Amino acid sequence: MSATKGQPLPAILIANDLREGHVVFRTAVGWTRDPARARVATDRDAADVLAVEAVQAVARQEVIDAYLIDVDVRNGVPVPRHFRERFKTLGPSVHPELGKQAEFAAYASAAAE
Amino acid sequence: MYRYDEFDERFVRERVAQFRDQVDRRLSGSLTEDEFRPLRLQNGLYLQLHAYMLRIAIPYGSLSSRQLRQLARIADAYDKGYGHFTTRTNLQFNWIKLRDVPDILDLLADVEMHCIQTSGNDVRNVTADQFAGVAGDEIEDPRPVAELLRQWSSLHPEFSFLPRKFKIAVIASAADRAVLKSHDVGVRIVRNKAGEIGYQILAGGGLGRTPMVGKVVRDFLPRGQLLAYLEALLRVYNADGRRDNKFKARIKILVHEIGVETFRERVEAEFAAGPSYADDETAELARIAASFAQKNYERLPARSETFEAARKTDPAFAEWVVNSLFSHKVDGYAAVTVSLKPVGGVPGDMTSAQMRLFADLTDRYSLGELRVTHAQNLVLPYVKQDELHALWKELAGARLATPNVGLVTDIISCPGLDYCALATARSIPIAQAIATRFADKARQADIGPLQIKISGCINACGHHHVGHIGILGLEKRGQESYQVTLGGDSSENMAIGELLGPGLTADEVPDAIERVVGVYLAQRRAGETFIEAVKRLGVGAFKAAFLGGAQNEAA
Repeated sequence: MSATKGQPLPAILIANDLREGHVVFRTAVGWTRDPARARVATDRDAADVLAVEAVQAVARQEVIDAYLIDVDVRNGVPVPRHFRERFKTLGPSVHPELGKQAEFAAYASAAAE
Repeated sequence: MYRYDEFDERFVRERVAQFRDQVDRRLSGSLTEDEFRPLRLQNGLYLQLHAYMLRIAIPYGSLSSRQLRQLARIADAYDKGYGHFTTRTNLQFNWIKLRDVPDILDLLADVEMHCIQTSGNDVRNVTADQFAGVAGDEIEDPRPVAELLRQWSSLHPEFSFLPRKFKIAVIASAADRAVLKSHDVGVRIVRNKAGEIGYQILAGGGLGRTPMVGKVVRDFLPRGQLLAYLEALLRVYNADGRRDNKFKARIKILVHEIGVETFRERVEAEFAAGPSYADDETAELARIAASFAQKNYERLPARSETFEAARKTDPAFAEWVVNSLFSHKVDGYAAVTVSLKPVGGVPGDMTSAQMRLFADLTDRYSLGELRVTHAQNLVLPYVKQDELHALWKELAGARLATPNVGLVTDIISCPGLDYCALATARSIPIAQAIATRFADKARQADIGPLQIKISGCINACGHHHVGHIGILGLEKRGQESYQVTLGGDSSENMAIGELLGPGLTADEVPDAIERVVGVYLAQRRAGETFIEAVKRLGVGAFKAAFLGGAQNEAA
């Protein structure tokens, strides 16, 4: 049985960096701060791979609070469907000059459309 | 203010060293997150949405200018240049890195501060009246008792793993400015008929998912018996409080389920069987009280001609004076509440530049001491009336002279889903939208005292239950949704607000609040405040307006 049964797709793997605390996304080769570079799992097998990587990365003490979130791919970038994960991905809505929305402006504008 | 003695100093330094070692072990991988989480929480370190968050204890809301400067330094060196004052009168930094936390704790220890027990299932930061020591209506300064409780409860071996968190407040007046009845335990310093000072003990209050008004457990407890009594009370809770269900684990549920009479019997039995610490308690309280001894006040006339002249000639100053001053027990002085609620700003936020400037003002105008209020504002407790106008001009230059203390735009708001991992909806943008809607100063003055309190989840950090108007952010069908309550009261007449109707979208909230306020403006009697009108008219009188025109016609 799939480890991610019930997880809506497409999905990405989101976590917080253990040392720094900031939000990171799983890529094909590791972790990135840039949500645009998150690896998007569009089928069950790919989602299962991400789920295994979540467990392993937590066990390796790289990240904490690692879990899959479902996204829409908009303008080529993954945009979380749930508003909570959108704020987590972008930064505080009351401080547009802070967080990833400022650091990755290209992502933020692609995600906003 | 209280100054650490050698034991306090050693205690805090040892704790920092211990946590430094724990962080090292976490980063080297020898502690798992499950093992580390309770350790970091006991040191005030949370994981929020965007980063770690460090919650720094400000015991009973008292800060020195030196401490505020150190907080500014930490904000610049380790955060993004600002901090957030909370309803527990703590300060939170939102962008903390785990690897930096031991160094931050060392910097805090340098100014006699720490983060111990700002989280976890233990006794949290003890709060008190923000006007402690200066209020004319107090029996005595409640802070020595609060400090005694802070020392007693810090790493108390028996009470470090309670069923759930435990919040204590201390006041010394009939007027309640610290939301005493919403606390797990409320200590009210009182005088009995014989004129002796002692304590009234309340227990079982709380907000969160099951709001309760605290009940009197002991009407008069003689001096010297406070620690023994609270030890008995916490022992009963520790033994009998529920651990099977996190949502039923607070003491309010125990008191509610067994009834206050049974709870009282158990506490009194435990108290009668327990030891007495009366001599030690009395001696220690006297030692602590000495450090809060009377300030070096100047002898000044009760009426300041300088102040009176300034308020006649400077209308903006006069406008600010109306709600910002609290009458001082010493002639010629005032306690000044400084709003951290600029219209459109983030309630309770302060930049490092503002902190530094405010620290300087605190030195020059308020004997180097300030207070944090549960309403997320600051107080300068020792200002000469002669100097109020000069102070105001400097505050205005730093965007710290918003003349809205206690008014509709002085909104309590938790961080909500802009920061908090537990939140179900955002709070701050709702506060900003309401404040912007009611920005007109004349209109605010016309509406008068009105407390709006907003929480971004059921845990109620924003005290929404006791807001005259309370707003609770939830998730409804994948959207942020806001429930609005009316008639809550955070004063000595504490009351839980009643739901006005179905949830609203964020966009609908300002209109709905405006319609509710409209009912008050239309129906108030001369001199009647918003909450007085709500209590007279009943919540039902506001429901049709809350629901708006369409529903109104349908009804």
